[in-house]
Amino acid sequence: MSLSSRTLRFGIPLLVFLVIAVFLGVGLTLNPRELPSSLIDKPAPAFKLNLLEQPDLAFTPSDLQGQRWLLNVWASWCVGCRVEHPLLNQLALNTDIPMVGLNYKDNPDNARRWLAERGNPYSKIPMDIEGDAGIDWGVYGVPETFVIDENGFIIFKHTGPLDVRAVEQEILPLFSLSTTP
Amino acid sequence: MMRSQPRQHHSIFSTLLVLVPLLLALLLPYSASAVIEAVQFEDPATEQRYRDLIAELRCLVCQNQNLADSDADLAKDLREKTAEMLRDGRSDAEILSYMQERYGDFVLYRPPLSGSTLALWIAPLVMLLAALIGVLLTIKRRQAAELLRPAHQQNDKQRVQVRNLLKTAPDLNSQSTAGLQKSDPKGDSE
Repeated sequence: MSLSSRTLRFGIPLLVFLVIAVFLGVGLTLNPRELPSSLIDKPAPAFKLNLLEQPDLAFTPSDLQGQRWLLNVWASWCVGCRVEHPLLNQLALNTDIPMVGLNYKDNPDNARRWLAERGNPYSKIPMDIEGDAGIDWGVYGVPETFVIDENGFIIFKHTGPLDVRAVEQEILPLFSLSTTP
Repeated sequence: MMRSQPRQHHSIFSTLLVLVPLLLALLLPYSASAVIEAVQFEDPATEQRYRDLIAELRCLVCQNQNLADSDADLAKDLREKTAEMLRDGRSDAEILSYMQERYGDFVLYRPPLSGSTLALWIAPLVMLLAALIGVLLTIKRRQAAELLRPAHQQNDKQRVQVRNLLKTAPDLNSQSTAGLQKSDPKGDSE
């Protein structure tokens, strides 16, 4: 058997194996829940929902037209929300970012009790009891966090609990803030 | 190299005969759909469209299930939304694009052909072609090897008979026997 056909016979499977190994290796490091949002650079979907604290008042995204703001989708039944909540409290305490908390498919009484226990970082809390606004915003796993720019376009989305890295490296720069709040 | 099976190319063809129908069976659309709640439609055609749509849409919470199979809350909401839009007389394309606008290509089990999904669509064809070429080359090479094989190797039984004949012929002169013994291992090691 000649050297070249021996090289081919062992080289090709080895090469195929290495290519597959590299692809699977990269795949292992990706987060399957981190889906590319189709809403990035699209106008924020409209909704008009009553507020948790003042049920006779409503909030709609165009109220904040001209400001850069943060929308956090949360619920009292959501475990991940408990994890990220201290970070949101810190953000509210140390920055003047307008923070809206979309209360997703929750019971208002539970939501109020939850905030009373853990602190309320939100300036407005619209209640999405049916989850329709959630569907329009492409929410598929609470908590989710969006940043909306001055023109009402979604410029950032984070799925799952926020962590220090996401806040410092992704959210704060969007508000031209650089250090830990 | 020793190739002891005389009918190797036949066995490849019979393997293909078994494999090809098996692979074709994989192409059959799977029809399992377990809808959790009863949804009423005015006519069976709409209900069929509903079933096809929720089988086509991916649940975003349990990512390897479609909406029809998933028990997640969001899947239930999206099934309701689908049914609602069907009752409003919206087309399948409208419903799929409604979902796609909100949840991206990921929500579709058959993502549209675009730059980022090109590899996804053509990879199976490329792999199938590569496999076919590989199989054809192997068959060709084995057939060629079969033709080139020395006559005395084609039938091991005959070979043994010849050896036995040689053993039972003590009158043959020793030179030719020695020659046979020398050439034999040489032929095997090739």
